[in-house]
Amino acid sequence: MRSLRRKLFRELVGMRGQVLAIAVVIGAGVMTLILSVTTLNALQLTQERFYQQHGFAELFAELKRAPESVARRLADSPGINHLETRVRSGIRLQVANFDDPVRGLLLSLPDGRQPGINRLYLRSGGLPDPERGDQVVISEPFAEAHELRPGDHLQAIIQGRQERLTISGIALSPEFVYQIGPADLLPDYQRFAVVWMNRSTVARATDMDGAFNSLVATLQPGASAAEIQVLLDAGLARYGGQGAYDRDDLPSHRFISEEMNQLRVMAVAFPLVFLGVSAFLLSVLMERIVRTQRQDIAVLKAFGYSNAQIATYYLLLTAFIVAVGLLLGIGAGAWAAEGYARLYMEYFRFPTLEFRLQPGGIALAILVAAAAGGIGTARAVHHSVRLTPAQAMRPPLPEHFQQSWLGGTRFWRWLDQPGRIILRNLGRHRLKAILSVLGISLSTSLLLVGSYQFQAVDRMLDVQYRLVQQADLHLSLTDPTSERAIGELRHLPGVLLSEGYRSVPVRIALGHRTYRTALLGMENRSVLRGLIDVRHRQQSLPEHGLILTDYLADELGARPGDSLELEILEGERRSRTIVLAGVVAEPIGVGAYMERRALNRLLGEGPAINGIWLQVDKTQLDALLPRLDRLPRVAGIGLTGEAESAIRSYIDETVLVLMGILLLLAGSITFAVIYNNARIAFAERQRELATLRVLGFSRGEVAWILIGELLLLTLLAIPLGWAIGSGLAWLLNQALSMDLLRIPFVITPQAYGFAAAGVLLASALSVLLVMRRLYRLDMVSALKAVE
Amino acid sequence: MNADTRHDVPDVSSTANSVFRTNGLTRTYRVGETEIHALRGIDLTLYAGELAVMLGASGSGKSTLLNILGGLDHASSGQVLYRDQDLSQASERQLTIYRRDHVGFVFQFYNLISSLTARENVAIVTDICRDAMAPEQALELVGLGQRLDHFPAQLSGGEQQRVAIARAIAKQPAVLLCDEPTGALDSATGRQVLEALLAVNQRLGTTTVIITHNAVIGEMAHRVILLRDGRIASIERNAQPCSPSTLVW
Repeated sequence: MRSLRRKLFRELVGMRGQVLAIAVVIGAGVMTLILSVTTLNALQLTQERFYQQHGFAELFAELKRAPESVARRLADSPGINHLETRVRSGIRLQVANFDDPVRGLLLSLPDGRQPGINRLYLRSGGLPDPERGDQVVISEPFAEAHELRPGDHLQAIIQGRQERLTISGIALSPEFVYQIGPADLLPDYQRFAVVWMNRSTVARATDMDGAFNSLVATLQPGASAAEIQVLLDAGLARYGGQGAYDRDDLPSHRFISEEMNQLRVMAVAFPLVFLGVSAFLLSVLMERIVRTQRQDIAVLKAFGYSNAQIATYYLLLTAFIVAVGLLLGIGAGAWAAEGYARLYMEYFRFPTLEFRLQPGGIALAILVAAAAGGIGTARAVHHSVRLTPAQAMRPPLPEHFQQSWLGGTRFWRWLDQPGRIILRNLGRHRLKAILSVLGISLSTSLLLVGSYQFQAVDRMLDVQYRLVQQADLHLSLTDPTSERAIGELRHLPGVLLSEGYRSVPVRIALGHRTYRTALLGMENRSVLRGLIDVRHRQQSLPEHGLILTDYLADELGARPGDSLELEILEGERRSRTIVLAGVVAEPIGVGAYMERRALNRLLGEGPAINGIWLQVDKTQLDALLPRLDRLPRVAGIGLTGEAESAIRSYIDETVLVLMGILLLLAGSITFAVIYNNARIAFAERQRELATLRVLGFSRGEVAWILIGELLLLTLLAIPLGWAIGSGLAWLLNQALSMDLLRIPFVITPQAYGFAAAGVLLASALSVLLVMRRLYRLDMVSALKAVE
Repeated sequence: MNADTRHDVPDVSSTANSVFRTNGLTRTYRVGETEIHALRGIDLTLYAGELAVMLGASGSGKSTLLNILGGLDHASSGQVLYRDQDLSQASERQLTIYRRDHVGFVFQFYNLISSLTARENVAIVTDICRDAMAPEQALELVGLGQRLDHFPAQLSGGEQQRVAIARAIAKQPAVLLCDEPTGALDSATGRQVLEALLAVNQRLGTTTVIITHNAVIGEMAHRVILLRDGRIASIERNAQPCSPSTLVW
């Protein structure tokens, strides 16, 4: 077998271009699998470890104010493992050299020590000294955004009083892994901070001595969260309880879960598509390569090699190529996964990234790649060993062709001989042609899947920020306020238009499905906050009834006309049955909407608002912001432009980076497939092409037969690829829809054009490379060789 | 003289009548460390209208010489003239045009395009050159007027070779170069193919060179050129070539 091994080695060297191209196809498939499985696993592992080691709460409840004795009673309830109270308060912060308004969430810590639940991970410094009322721990992303260190100072306005704070430590909390401000969609580390302070100091500042307004709890194993939620709600109702909620309704945890769900979908969908496509291509390519070696096989058999030895030889050849692909894929996948997981760490603030390659993923990749290569090779070898050795010595029998139905047509008469060669070859090898077209169209579809999101994301953001969120500024107020405030703001410099809204936390239920969100009461025909339908037409609010984001309605399984249970999680905590009047199509976030005065009536209050949208003259923004900041009831100021650029960079960094990687892979696969197609077609036609050269055809004329065939296959493949790609994109779109955002299913002509251009470019490059071979084509030896 | 059994001997002495002239033609190949001298100085003239058979054992250099005459290969030194054109100085493009317009090839394994019918296999050549005859006419000439729309796979070996001959002569080449045209055929079929070659040579006056290791075929030639170790060992003139049908091997 030593000579066979030597032959193996030489052949591998000889076809290194093809070997590499096929390895790239496998590598790309394996890489997507390793990338998504490993990233997902790293995030899961990191999350679990952090939650576990820092005692992440399982239940949360906010209320107006309750005495500590209430908590002691609740803590003894069955099913509760541990319960802790705390004081929380919205504050405003001022950071040196930063003019924009900064909002903060102040949370109490037991004086001088870690809480039992939601323990902090101190990145630097320490907890506040129990004797020092001015010391605080601040959240790490905020500290990083402003380059704050322990010992630095901050100005804070707590309950209207200015305080000078000293940073004692910088920390992370399992409660704020995804650190977003209330009502924000994305983190804004510069403009939102979480601040922890000694309980006694916070209580004094917020008038909460001996009382609390927030509690967290962990459960005993096997306890029902829903039952304990009911129990807490009952116990806290008198004290302005806003409804207990579990981790799923905590924004941080919810976003991480959603992101992981999305990754989970990708961990299945992308490898399925990529590995599936590459497995298919690998199988087809190996089969064709082995078939071009029919002659060698016959000769080996004539020398007395057994079928098993020959099969082993070709399986080794495949194994080598598969191994190169696996190495490429695993290496690149691990590298990309770590980078990708680190990217997530920018948004998900865990103390450390627990990153490790998953043996399961690698095993799966090996299995799929080996099976795909093995099947293709086995089929081809089986086919070839049936050849009798004598056939190697005989002149090649011409292949059988038949006149086709095209034969008598005017088209056929118009066609020149090379054209007829191309068409008859494709017609004769229909299966091969179909497989080639399928291979190229799958590449086209991958290019489309990889590219459509770029434009779809743009479209989504345009819809959200041109049609839905039309206000430039958004003020949230500390308490419900008379609607007169709207008019008063119009006198401030630069304010062009102002509209008020009333927002309350609610729980909406239909049957057993519930969803916690904010109910927004707004003007019937709001100018600054659009409500649009699927076709982007502005909707007006009905006098009665509720409007939901279509995504939320689907989650609840609700259709217009259905009656929903609406529980107000504020004030008297009223519950109402309300009719779903319609749905709106918003790409970002989920919400519930109704006419503001109707909401006021539902809440049993006068015409009140707790938020204002402004349209402003942007040139006067510098003068306006400090004026707004000084207004006592303003809890926070949001800049729509900032939010838009934040979400754009979030998407650029996560979704589009991944799409970019996939696009690159799709490009490599496309090239590899087409190049291999061209190479194999060249090998199969070599003799005919050489004959034509001898007969006086120029290189260009001969090349046309090859190029024409490839071009025809490519042109047939492109529309098919578009169709397959659109289907894959649609599936992906469905799978990736989530609370935070839903990328619209929009495939622009540019995306179709891009996919087609990519495939044509790959064809052109392949043709160029094969042309080089055509130039070196040895006419004499090609004629002598018996195929 | 009966044209069916004997044919006119063209003038093979006047330089004015020459088609090919080679002077001191050599061809060496490097295979790894060793240098192979395929041709070691060939001086040969081929005349218009003659049918020459080039005989030689394997490795004698006959195929190399044919390849150089056909514009498929370059000589290492020496000169090869086709009429007034110096092929040893011709560029790749000029050689392509030369092959296209002046040379017809017939190969041992026919080298037909399997996806084209007999008619189309001829047409693929007539499409690209001037003054070509109709494919049907060329096929008629080799006795395949009834098999125009058959694909190679539907034809016998002898028929395939005759299609190849029709393809080679349809362009009305000045010279027809045949490399072991009967090598893959049984003797009866081989005789039919040789008859077709002779018919073309007689009716069109095409200079025809047949290379073979089968000495019997030399009996139908005007001249038999024997090659040995890259040199011309002998040239015999055949005053009375016989008909292919009488050849026995």
